Amino acid sequence: MRRRVVITGLGAVTPLGVGAEALYSRWAAGDCGILDGAGACTDFEPSELLSVKEMRRLDRFSQFALVAAGEAVADAGWDGALPYDPMRVGCIIATGIGGIQTIELQHDVLRDRGPARMSPLGIPAQMSNAAAAAVSMKFGLKGQMYSVVSACSSGAHAIGCALRMIQYDDADAVVVGGAEATLTPFGFGSFNSMQALSPTGISRPFDARRDGFVMGEGAGVLVLEEAGAAAARGAKVLGEVTGYGSTSDAYHLTAPEPSGDAATRAIELALNDARIGPDEVDYVNAHGTSTQLNDAAETAALKRALGEARARKVPVSSTKSAVGHLLGAAGAVEAVATVKTLSTRMIPPTVGYEVPDPDCDLDYVPGEARPLVMSNGHPPVAISNSFAFGGHNVTLVFRGAES
Amino acid sequence: MATVTAEQVEARVVETLASFGPDADQITRGSTFEELDIDSLDLVELAQVVEDDYGVVLKGDDMKELKTVGDAIDLIVSRAD
Repeated sequence: MRRRVVITGLGAVTPLGVGAEALYSRWAAGDCGILDGAGACTDFEPSELLSVKEMRRLDRFSQFALVAAGEAVADAGWDGALPYDPMRVGCIIATGIGGIQTIELQHDVLRDRGPARMSPLGIPAQMSNAAAAAVSMKFGLKGQMYSVVSACSSGAHAIGCALRMIQYDDADAVVVGGAEATLTPFGFGSFNSMQALSPTGISRPFDARRDGFVMGEGAGVLVLEEAGAAAARGAKVLGEVTGYGSTSDAYHLTAPEPSGDAATRAIELALNDARIGPDEVDYVNAHGTSTQLNDAAETAALKRALGEARARKVPVSSTKSAVGHLLGAAGAVEAVATVKTLSTRMIPPTVGYEVPDPDCDLDYVPGEARPLVMSNGHPPVAISNSFAFGGHNVTLVFRGAES
Repeated sequence: MATVTAEQVEARVVETLASFGPDADQITRGSTFEELDIDSLDLVELAQVVEDDYGVVLKGDDMKELKTVGDAIDLIVSRAD
């Protein structure tokens, strides 16, 4: 029998504040953490949360990851000693871009003062596996440890890898998430040149007025444990990861493939992996970026994968309406928000959604949060989509805890 | 560089090491880098500061021999003469 994987801890650093509860409760209240066209983590004060050494050695994306991981590990009741053989605890922290602030800073030093004055921390702080390494060192996690890089689906891919790691008995638990800190001149300049960012600075997924995404920063981390082991130690179970599906468009560097075949297939694969049908999906946490192309393509893929009738019945909302697009952290932060949604049985809205678009004709939970209706009387089920530059498509399936 | 005193070097070294993590009042001439959690990456940064301030070039082989804060101060002062 396949090993089951439960969620026992959640942590987040987002534009809505430090903490998974700040993310979920403020989003559910209809708050938006975007200011002046960016979702910055203005409440994140490194000197209050990290040691001097951690602050100096870690790029901002790794700082977010370390703080979110600390919250998740404490939430799982792991404070102090690990409940497992450390060699059986994995760690995957994804990022889309990595330590770009470090690169920009050290490139200035290189240009202005020469290579001999570059910090010895330049490469180790910017490398994409730096956040995973920092989390592993801080909490003594000695199983498989690495990063996953797939742009805006990085965080979701990481959770898929962690799910398989436990299912295949390569680990009993995994600390998994994603982190990103790209609100830099290079980040804004490059995304602006692509005309990917919203010129109005408003993230309103699925709304007819949507005009691009708003870049955000932050991290989301989850603690996953094998269900039997979690039960044996009396862990509080927050939910379960039951399915994972992933495909690639093989089409274009940045544009989604118009037919949506591969995105549709990712959703179908995830449902098959979870051994459920479309009628059992109670909520969709959409990728919903607020770009013209993504939101229309995602809507089309949902209709094909779930069937028109079911797709029209299932509430769909986008976390990005409240925090912007956290790129490589998005899949993990949205997983945290989805698990909280399933736990509270209350679906946060797509904040700011008002004007329907004929190409986006599903129920995007306008206005305010609403109670989650369970179609089958069992713990509710949600899917969370992540798509990315490069043509990545990832869908995760989550089941809420027994009430 | 002849005007550099051991006291000036000590103050600069302590200030620099303190910026890497340990409390300044923890740092004495007798403190070992190990007990201060100062590692090879920190020492490279210290060497960069020393070269900027005193024109003293410390290479990897020089640093390997250093065990205490006093060792570093003495080496810098001797090279700065």
